[in-house]
Amino acid sequence: MSDHATSPVSWHSWLTTTSPESRRQAKLGQLYRQWLAFKKNPAAVVGLVIVLALLLLAAFAPLIAQYDPLAQALDQRLLAPSAKHWFGTDALGRDIFSRIVYGTRVTLVIVMLVVITVGPLGLLIGCAAGYFGGWIDTVLMRITDVFLAFPRLVLALAFVAALGPGLENAVIAIAFTAWPPYARVARAETMIIRNADYISAMRLQGASQMRIVLKHIVPMCVPSLIVRTTYDMAGIIIIAAGLGFLGLGAQPPIPEWGAMISTGREQIFDQWWVATFPGIAICVVALGFNLLGDGLRDVLDAR
Amino acid sequence: MTATSDAPLLTLDDLRVDFHTPTGIVNAVRGLSFTLGRERLGIVGESGSGKSMTGRAILDLIPHPGVVSARRMEFRGKDLTAMDKASRRKLRGRHISMVMQDPKFSLNPVQTVGDQIAEAYRVHHKASAREAKERSLAMLEAVQIREPGRVYDLYPHEVSGGMGQRVMIAMMLIAEPEILIADEPTSALDVTVQLQVLKILDDLVTSRGMGLIFISHDLHLVRSFCDRVIVMYGGKALETLPAGALDKAQHPYTRGLLGCLPDLDHPREKLATLTRDPAWLA
Amino acid sequence: MTTQHAISVEKLNVSFGDSHVVKDLSFAVAPGESYGIVGESGSGKSTVLRVLAGLNRDWSGEVDILGKRQPKLRDKAFYRAAQMVFQDPYGSLHPKKTVDDTLAEPLAIHGVRDAEAKISRAMQDVGLPTSFRFRYPHQLSGGQRQRVAIARALVLEPTILLLDEPTSALDVSIQAEVLNLLQALRHERKLTYILVSHDLAVVGHMCERLLVMQFGRGVEEMTAATLAARAPQTAYAQQLLTASEGFRRAG
Repeated sequence: MSDHATSPVSWHSWLTTTSPESRRQAKLGQLYRQWLAFKKNPAAVVGLVIVLALLLLAAFAPLIAQYDPLAQALDQRLLAPSAKHWFGTDALGRDIFSRIVYGTRVTLVIVMLVVITVGPLGLLIGCAAGYFGGWIDTVLMRITDVFLAFPRLVLALAFVAALGPGLENAVIAIAFTAWPPYARVARAETMIIRNADYISAMRLQGASQMRIVLKHIVPMCVPSLIVRTTYDMAGIIIIAAGLGFLGLGAQPPIPEWGAMISTGREQIFDQWWVATFPGIAICVVALGFNLLGDGLRDVLDAR
Repeated sequence: MTATSDAPLLTLDDLRVDFHTPTGIVNAVRGLSFTLGRERLGIVGESGSGKSMTGRAILDLIPHPGVVSARRMEFRGKDLTAMDKASRRKLRGRHISMVMQDPKFSLNPVQTVGDQIAEAYRVHHKASAREAKERSLAMLEAVQIREPGRVYDLYPHEVSGGMGQRVMIAMMLIAEPEILIADEPTSALDVTVQLQVLKILDDLVTSRGMGLIFISHDLHLVRSFCDRVIVMYGGKALETLPAGALDKAQHPYTRGLLGCLPDLDHPREKLATLTRDPAWLA
Repeated sequence: MTTQHAISVEKLNVSFGDSHVVKDLSFAVAPGESYGIVGESGSGKSTVLRVLAGLNRDWSGEVDILGKRQPKLRDKAFYRAAQMVFQDPYGSLHPKKTVDDTLAEPLAIHGVRDAEAKISRAMQDVGLPTSFRFRYPHQLSGGQRQRVAIARALVLEPTILLLDEPTSALDVSIQAEVLNLLQALRHERKLTYILVSHDLAVVGHMCERLLVMQFGRGVEEMTAATLAARAPQTAYAQQLLTASEGFRRAG
């Protein structure tokens, strides 16, 4: 392998070979082919660049932002965008560009927490309901229906009202409201997959129910859930921003984009930049995740 | 009419179908030539032989990114290669029709089968709704459906596979085309039903003097049903011969195909297998 | 009775809701025999196979396999004794598993040691080159996939193989290769086959005896010699045989 690694051309042939020599090579080859397919969709690449930029901004926020996002400078209140303050300053004299850069961290925390709770939860509930059917399906799906019956933001509001405002509670509230569609999707897929011959073949091999669901059905449902999650990111960011706007999400002085719009709305006619730039940030990031989701769908869900 | 009855209905010379994919050009059909008269012409081949693409190319139904070219492609003396999309579309259904393998995917699921047949008629003929319905009922009778009145009002999911295929044939023949292309029309059907459907097809083709292109993978069926057989492999016609003379085929591929079929009359411990020679495609 | 059957089925009945798809079916297969079940769609032939394999649990009657009465829920020993090959090679392999994964799974389930050697051997036995070991199903042709499916069925070294139209989705030249492979494996390993098919020529080639089914009932059981002599007793079997000979133009 070491001699293969010398030039990009041989890497390409090593990855695209039709007779890989190891499990790892087969798996990497599969990923590489998906990447090649993904690369062909320019919109998806734009989405990927936006999401990567978001990650980089979050990682290197202290290097990129020139000001402390929390530092108030009351003598610098509501300055218009300039070379010194690219996006201007807010009512407390804080640099809006720096706050937006640090805000990426808040956004990412929300997104990550929601994803790691919602994906597996929805996947397991959906796959179990779809595979076992009968009363298990009925009970799980009626619970899902109850959650689906409420508009998401309203349900999230109710949760936050009960738990108290704050970033963690906002995340919990969003997670609670986000899983039902995932369970639905996973269930629908599972019901098709469970009758496939390759699942019958596994049963004929004497595989336990648990093994079939976890090792053979879940991997088939994961791609569409990844796609759905990516699409949903946009919605999650907007709900988080919505909660922030209503004062129920991240609490001041945390630089959360929704809360920033909220505080900026008093000046919206005179100092437009205060609310506009966080709004653009939400819009761009939501768009990025949407485009990425489109590209992933074409690559992962291709049948 | 300028064409006499023994003039060819269809002339193909050097038909090519190429698919321009990101990984290179795939030649689905490479230089196929034949003429079709008022006869039953069989096209036989395995998957990937280009037999279905040939049928689709004649109808201008090659999906993107496929490109069709031909030195000559004429329908009753009219040059098909020079025609625009709209004229080709008008030809489709009215003069050249196609029956496909599975009626389930070819019929509109939310319209009764009778209405679909009537619509197929009215697309090509100026007729009142009543006249179209009458013609449709007569057509259903012609494909030997016992209660045409009842079947007319059925939806595609309510008819069996064999009946669905008869409905398809009725729909395709109601406009009285000169050429019918049947692409594996009976492969999805049980053997006994298959023969009934073939009988109907045979009677209609003979009585109306149509040209039939019968595309199939089933050598036995083509041999017993058609007048003439083209054996295709890798997009090329390897051999064209009278159906009755298939046993005397010269080409090693045709002989190989016949040899690897299990045969009740000639039991063998081991079936012959086919060795493909790259020179066949040269 | 001194002879022990590999498979014996007594008064098997299967219903799906209101439709009674297998009716009072009885037959027996000797060890090492190859037994064909022939019929058109809706004859219940595939259902019989799924009952034998334990994939269908809504049945009544008696099913004995290797002298053991089979409950609806099979035990692990059963799966080591009988395996199945499915019709559609495009649907019977998990799209996200390599050949290696597919063959390793049954060995892992049954805790078989020396999996590495067993996988290589299974691939060799079905004529798959080792370079195919880490390929995904989409990188294989239909015939190659069917070989993988056969290797998967054989990797646990069963004595009974249930074959559900194993070649009807394949081109005739590939069909010949797969049928030859199945014949050779049967002779080498003294396997018992039940082959379900709609193709009388295939069944005549592969089986010593066959059962013709129609509307869930066994119409006629005959030997391959009877079939080859075109001498079935019942009208339906005769009709099926005539139909399979191809099209005949009246007059």
